[in-house]
Amino acid sequence: MDQSTPRIEQQSTPQGKSTLVLGQWTAAQFAQPRLLETLETDLRSAPPSGRWDLTKADLVDHVGGQLLWDSWGGKWPEPVELLPAQRAVIERVAQFTAQPPARRKISLRGRYLAVGEAVLRAVEHVQSFVRLIGELTLNIGRLARAPHEGPWRDLSGHLYRIGATAMPITALVGFLIGVVLAYLTSQQLRQFGADAYIVNILGVALIRELGPMLAAILIAGRSGSAITAQIGVMRVTEELDAMRVMGISRGYRLVMPRAMALAVAMPLISVWTTVCALAGGMLAADISLGITPTYFMNALPQAVSPGNLVLASSKSVVFGVLIALIGCHFGLRVQPNTQSLGEGTTASVVTSITVVILVDALFAVLFKEVGL
Amino acid sequence: MPGAPQIQVQGGAPAMVEIRGLSTVFTTPERRIVVHENLDLTVERGEVLALVGGSGTGKTVLLRQILGLEKPSKGEIKVLGEPVSALGRKGAASRIGMLFQHGALFSAFSVLENIAFPLRELKTLSPTLIREAAMVKLQMVGLKPEVADRMPADLSGGMIKRVALARALIMDPPLLLLDEPTAGLDPDSSDGFVTLLRSLHRDLELSVIMVTHDLDTLFELSTRIAVLADKKVIIAASPKEVIAHSHPFILDFFLGPRGQRAMELLREYPFVI
Repeated sequence: MDQSTPRIEQQSTPQGKSTLVLGQWTAAQFAQPRLLETLETDLRSAPPSGRWDLTKADLVDHVGGQLLWDSWGGKWPEPVELLPAQRAVIERVAQFTAQPPARRKISLRGRYLAVGEAVLRAVEHVQSFVRLIGELTLNIGRLARAPHEGPWRDLSGHLYRIGATAMPITALVGFLIGVVLAYLTSQQLRQFGADAYIVNILGVALIRELGPMLAAILIAGRSGSAITAQIGVMRVTEELDAMRVMGISRGYRLVMPRAMALAVAMPLISVWTTVCALAGGMLAADISLGITPTYFMNALPQAVSPGNLVLASSKSVVFGVLIALIGCHFGLRVQPNTQSLGEGTTASVVTSITVVILVDALFAVLFKEVGL
Repeated sequence: MPGAPQIQVQGGAPAMVEIRGLSTVFTTPERRIVVHENLDLTVERGEVLALVGGSGTGKTVLLRQILGLEKPSKGEIKVLGEPVSALGRKGAASRIGMLFQHGALFSAFSVLENIAFPLRELKTLSPTLIREAAMVKLQMVGLKPEVADRMPADLSGGMIKRVALARALIMDPPLLLLDEPTAGLDPDSSDGFVTLLRSLHRDLELSVIMVTHDLDTLFELSTRIAVLADKKVIIAASPKEVIAHSHPFILDFFLGPRGQRAMELLREYPFVI
C-alpha cells in the first residue's frame, strides 16, 4: 500500500485507544476504485468516543474533511488532535454542511395542473404559429410595395445553402428509392405479365407522391434543423435582441427570406429528386424487366398527365413554406441555454416531418380528382 | 498505486508553474504571427501572479497553454514539477482549477450539479458525500444554500462567477487560474469578488495566476505582476517595482491617463460625492 493512500489505524497509547488518520485525504485519492468502501467500513468500526489523531495525515482537503465529519456524526470527537490547517478545513466543513433544498414532490393536483399547462402550451404554439403566418403575409405585402428594400442577398444565400447544396444528397436518396421501388414492383408485375405497367406505377407514384415527399422530408431534416439552430443561437448570443434594438424586424429579415428561399427551392429540389428517382427506376426496369429507356421515356407522358406535375409542384411550395415557418417558430422560442437549443431543434425536425406528411395526406384527399 | 495522481507535499517542492523558452507561433495562409518568443516565467507556491499586457500579447493563450488546452510551438511548461503534456486527463481538477471569463457553466445542469460535476465524474464517491461537499463549496464562495437548485440561466453575472469559482475549487486544487475575474461585474460585485478571492487565497493557501485589465483588482490581489510585451515577460516583480520600471507599455498602462484618472478618483472620492 502506498504512503499517500488514505487510511486509519488503531493505536494504543498511554491515554487509551487512539484512531490515527494517515495518508492524503483528498478527492483525488478517493478516485481509486474500492478504496472508499474499505475506508467507510473502517470509519464505521472505529470507536466513536475514542481519541482521534489527524496530525500524521499528509493532506486533508474539504472532501476528506467532509468524510471524517460525516463519520463523526456531525460533531467533534473528544479528544481530537489536529494541525491548525486541518482544523480550519474541518471547521469550514462543519460551518457549511447543509442539506440542499429538497426536491418538491409531484402531487396529484400538480399533475392535473401540468396537463392544463401542456394544453395551454399547445394552444400558445398554435397561436404564435398563426401569428408567424400573418406576419409573413404582411411582410410579403411590404416587400411588394418596396421591392428595392428587400433582403435579396439573404435570399440568394439561403437559396444556395438550402437548395443547391442539397442536390447531391437528394439525388442519391431519390435514385436509390427509384431502384428499390422498380425492382420490387417488377417482381409482382412479372407474375401477371403486366410488365409495361411499371412505367405507370413508377410515373404516378414518384411524380405525384414520393418525389415531393422524399425531398420535403430530406429538406426538413437538413434545413429545418439548420434554421432552428441558427435562429436559436442568435437568441443565445442576444443577436435577436440586438436586431430588435436597431429596429430591424426579425420577421422581415430572418423569417421571410428563409420562407421565400424554401418556397422557391423546394419545388426545384422536388423535381430534381423525382428525376433522379425516375432514372433509378428506369435503370432497374431495364435490368429486371428488359424495358428499354427509350420505351420508358415514350410511355411516361401517356402514363402521367400534366395535372400531376402541377399538383406536385404546388404541394412542394406549401411544404417549403411550412418547413421554413416551423424552423423559425421553434428557433424564435429557444431559451438562452444549450438544453433548450437542443430541444428546439429536435422539436422542429419532428414537427416539420409530421406536418409535411399530414399536409400531403390532406392534398391527396382534396385533389383526388386531379391528374388521375 | 497506479493511476492515482500524485500530489507534491510541501517542503522543497518544485515551483507551481515553470515556463522555459516558450515560443508560440500562429501560422495562417497569409502570414505568420509570433505571439511569444523565448518566454520564461516561474510561479512560486502561494503567490498571486497577475499577467498584464496589451491586447494580442498572448495572455489568454499563455493561460490555455498552462492548462494544456493549447500546445506551444517550442519550449516547455511544467506544472507542479511535471510537463503539461505528461499530466493525464484523469484527476485534472485536483491539480488546476480554472475560472473562465464567462463562467463556462454547463447550462443543462443546476448550480449544485455544476459544482459537483468533477466529483461525480470520479464515480467512486457516494451521492450524499458529493452533495455535501458541493454545498460546502457553494457557501464558501458566499452563496446561499437556496441557490443550489437554480439553473445557470437564472443567475446574475456575479453569481455565475461565484458558482464557476466553486466548481473550480471543488477538488481543492493547489493552483487556480483566473481569466478576467472581475470583467463584466458591477463595482460592488467586483469588490465582493476580489475580497472573496483574497480570503480563499489565504485560507486555502492557493497559488493564483490571473489575467486582468482592471487596475483595482490588480493592486488589490496580486503579490507579483508579470508584464507581457515584446513577445516575452519584460518584468515579473512586485507592483511597486513594476511601476518603477520604464517601458512604454508600463508607462501607458499604469501611469497613462487611465491609471492617473483611477488614482485621482481614488484620492478625490470623498469630495466628489
